[in-house]
Amino acid sequence: MSALRKAIRIALTGTAAAALAVSASAQDFAITGATVATGDGSQPVENATVVVRGGKIVAAGAGVSVPAGVAVLDGTGSWVTPGIFMPLTDLGLYDVGAVSNSNDIRAGDSPFSAALDASTAVNYASQHVAVSRVGGVTRASITTAPAGSIFAGQGAVIDTGSDPQPVVKARAFQMVALGERGARLAGGSRVAAFAEFANALREARDYANGRWDAESAHLTRSDAAALGPVLSGAQPLYIYVERASDIRAVIGLQSTYPNLDLVLVGVSEGWLVANEIAASGIPVIADPLDNLPSSFEQLAATQSNVGRMVDAGVKVAIGGLSGGITGPRTAPQFAGNLVALSSVPGATGLSWGEALASITSIPAAISGYAGRYGVLAPGAAGDVVVWDGDPLEVSSAPVRVFIDGVEQPLSNHQTRLRERYRDLDESDLPKAYDW
Amino acid sequence: MRANALLAIGGAFALSACATTAGADSASASDGDKSYDIAEVPFPSTYEPYPGTPTALVGATVYDGAGGVIENGVVLFSGGKVVGVAEELSTEGYTVVDGTGKFVTPGIIDIHSHLGDYPSPSVSAHADGNEATAPTTGDVWAEHSVWPQDPGFSRAMANGGITSLQILPGSANLIGGRTVTLKNVYSRTVQGMKFPGAPYGMKMACGENPKRVYGNRGRKPSTRMGNFAVNRQTWFDAIAYAEGDRKKRNLENETLAGVLDGEILVHNHCYRADEMALVMDMAKEMGYKVSTFHHAVEAYKIGDLLRENEVCSAIWADWYGFKMESYDGIPENGALLQQAGACVVIHSDDENGIQRLNQEAAKAQAAGARMGIAIPDAEVISWITLNAAKAMGIDDMTGSLETGKMADVVLWNGDPLSVYSRPEKVWVDGTLMFDAMDPKRKPVSDFELGQPGEGDVK
Repeated sequence: MSALRKAIRIALTGTAAAALAVSASAQDFAITGATVATGDGSQPVENATVVVRGGKIVAAGAGVSVPAGVAVLDGTGSWVTPGIFMPLTDLGLYDVGAVSNSNDIRAGDSPFSAALDASTAVNYASQHVAVSRVGGVTRASITTAPAGSIFAGQGAVIDTGSDPQPVVKARAFQMVALGERGARLAGGSRVAAFAEFANALREARDYANGRWDAESAHLTRSDAAALGPVLSGAQPLYIYVERASDIRAVIGLQSTYPNLDLVLVGVSEGWLVANEIAASGIPVIADPLDNLPSSFEQLAATQSNVGRMVDAGVKVAIGGLSGGITGPRTAPQFAGNLVALSSVPGATGLSWGEALASITSIPAAISGYAGRYGVLAPGAAGDVVVWDGDPLEVSSAPVRVFIDGVEQPLSNHQTRLRERYRDLDESDLPKAYDW
Repeated sequence: MRANALLAIGGAFALSACATTAGADSASASDGDKSYDIAEVPFPSTYEPYPGTPTALVGATVYDGAGGVIENGVVLFSGGKVVGVAEELSTEGYTVVDGTGKFVTPGIIDIHSHLGDYPSPSVSAHADGNEATAPTTGDVWAEHSVWPQDPGFSRAMANGGITSLQILPGSANLIGGRTVTLKNVYSRTVQGMKFPGAPYGMKMACGENPKRVYGNRGRKPSTRMGNFAVNRQTWFDAIAYAEGDRKKRNLENETLAGVLDGEILVHNHCYRADEMALVMDMAKEMGYKVSTFHHAVEAYKIGDLLRENEVCSAIWADWYGFKMESYDGIPENGALLQQAGACVVIHSDDENGIQRLNQEAAKAQAAGARMGIAIPDAEVISWITLNAAKAMGIDDMTGSLETGKMADVVLWNGDPLSVYSRPEKVWVDGTLMFDAMDPKRKPVSDFELGQPGEGDVK
C-alpha cells in the first residue's frame, strides 16, 4: 500500500517480467537484493540472493554469487520465500462447495472407502488452484473426506502449476477419522470406530497374506488391498482426532501396529499431551488457531496449542485450510497470527521463522518431501515466491510465483472480474463486451 | 475447530450467513401516529455499565472510527463516556495508561454474528438460529435463542476487541425474524447483554438458501421468483395490517410494520448483484428501506446503485466459491465499493472470523491498494466501527471516539491493521473488561468452569 511497495511492484513486474517472460520451461534465474526466508525455521536474511537453475534451487542466502548466464531479477525491497505447502486440503477436488455435481470431496454413497484415490479426480484447471497459486501456494496434499466409512481414502501430493500434470504423488497417504467424527461414521460410538479400524487392518493383513475371504469380509477387495501399504508402513496413515484421550489412544496404536507410519491430524487438545506426542515421534497437522470448544472433544482448544506442541518438540504443520473461506491462500495470515501470539502474556506462539516453516518445510517434510519442497536449499525444487512485503503480513501478496523454476500465470476468474469492474462504465456497450 | 473444516472440506457452507438492514431514516409507509413504541417492547435491556475508573490513554496513535487519526493523542473517558479526544488534554484525576507505540480504536463492532444462537459447543441441542419451519418467520426474535454462556463471546473480545455485535437469525427463511444488538458483556440473562436503546433489525435472505430449504420440501419458494412472490405477498399483507388499527396482535406483522414505520432496520442476506437490485426495487414498492446487504459478494458490480440507494454492504474480505452465489467474490469488493462512494462494513458471520475483523479489513484495504485504490488506514477502521454502528442504528451512542459517546475502547499493542497486533485492553462503557496483562481480567463462561483449559489464554 505504501508508495515504496508500489515502486517495488513496478520494478518487479516491469523489468523482471520483460527479462523473463512466462514460459512452460524452467528458466535459470537469480533474485538479488531481497529479504530471503528459506523456510527452514531460520529468520529472514536481508540483502540476500536466490539462484535457480534447471528448475532447482542452487543457492540461497547472503553472500551468494550469481553464476554467469542466468537472468538477474532485482529483488530490492521484496521478500522471497519457498512456495507454501498446504497439507490436507481440497484443491482440485471441487469447483463450488455446495454444488454437488462439481464436488468430488465426498463419496458417501460409494461402496468403496480406503480404495478411493483422490489423484484420479484432480482438476488442475480449477479456479481454486489458480487462486491459491496467486496466494503463493505451490504444493499441497489433498484428500477426500471420510463419508461412508471412517476411511477417507488415499490422498495425493500435488503442485498448483498451470500445466496439466498436477499430481506429484498419487496414493501418498491414507486417512482415517476416529474421535467423534469416526464414531458417527462407524455406527454411533468411538467403540465402533475402533472396532472398524481393527477389523479393517485385520482384513488387510489377510488379503496381503493371501487369506482373503470375500464371504466374511466387511471391506471390499479393493479396500482391503488399499490398506496393505498402510499396514506395512509403506504408506503413511493420517488419523484425525481432537481430544486428549483420543490422541493418547492413537499413540497407543504404535504398540499394536508397530509398522504404522502415523500422522496426527486435528489435535485441538494436543497441548495437554504434548510430551507424549513428542516422545512418540508422531508429527502433527493442526488447525492453526482453533480456540473454541466447538465440540466436547475440543474443550481445551486454544490458539497456543501449536506453539506449546512445538515447544515440547512436536513437529507441527498448519493444515486443513480448505474451501473458499479460509482456503490455502490464507496460510500466511494464520502463520502471522501465531507470531503475534508470542506478544501475549501467557500465550505461546511461534517465532517468525518457525511460523513460516509451519506452512512450508514442515508440511513438506511430513508429506515425505523433506529438503525437496518448502525450502530454499540447494537441490530443492525451484518453488519460489516473490512478495511485495513481509509474507506473513495481511497486507502483503506475491508478485511472482515459480514452480520447478517455471514462472506461473497469476490471473484467474477473480482477477478478470476485478478488471472488468474496475469501473462501472457501460456508456458504449454492456460489461459483457469488456474482456 | 476448523478441523471440522479439516474433514468437512470443500465446505458446503450451511445456512448461517445473511443480512439486511434498513436505514435509520426509512420512510414510513403509514401516516398518523401509529409509530412503534419502543418503550412497550418486552424483554427490555437490563444492561448497566459496571463501575469503571476515569482513564486517560496517552501517547498512542488514535483512530477515532470516524476517519480521523491523531498521532500521540490523548483519550479520556469517565463515567462510562468519552470525555475528550485530542492531541493534548489534562489527565488530572484520571488513571493514566501509557499507550506509547500502541494504537487506540473504538470498540470493534460486528454487524453479523450468530454467537449465542449458534453457540459453542455447536451441538444440535444448541442450534437455535434458524426457525426453518416456514419461509417467513418475522415473528421470531433472535434474542430468545441467545445462550449468554457461549464461550465465543469471550474470544471475540480477547482476540477481536469486539464490544458490540448484532445477532441475527439464520438465512433459511426469506424473513428470518428480529435481530438483537448486544454489548459484548457476559450476563446471566440475554436481557443483561442487550444494547440499551439499540433499534431492532429484521433479517431477510435472498437467493439459494430459502429456495433450497423450502424447495426441498416441495413447497414454495423453490425458485428465486418464488422468493420474490412470497416476499411481496407477505409485505402486502403487512401493509394492510399496518394501515389498519393494529389491535389484533400478530407477531410477524408487528415486526414488518416496524420496518414500514422505519423503526426496525432491514438486514438482507444477499450475494448476487442482480438480486440486490431487485430487492432495492421491492423495498421501494413496499415503502421500506434496506439498511444493509450482508455478504454482498457481488456488491462491487453495483456500487453505483448501492450508493444511490444509501445501502451499506457488510462483506467478508475474501470469502468466495463455497456456494454458487458466492462464485464471483473478489478480494477487491470493499475497495471498489469505497471507490464508488458506497458504504462498506466488514462482517464476520463466523465465530472465528469475529476474532480477526481488523485483519479482514486490512486484507480488503490491501487488495484495493494493489489495484490502485488507496484507502487511508483511519477510513478502513471505520469499516469495523462507525460504519457498522450506522448500519445498526447505534452510531449516536457508539462506533467512534467522540465526546459523550459510550467509552467502548480498544488499546492494541500495535497497528490494528497488522497481523502482528493484538488487543491489549478492552473497555466497554468505560469499564476494563479484558486485559491481556492481567490473567484474571477476562471472562470465563459457565460452560468452561471445571473443564480442561479453564481460564487459559484462548
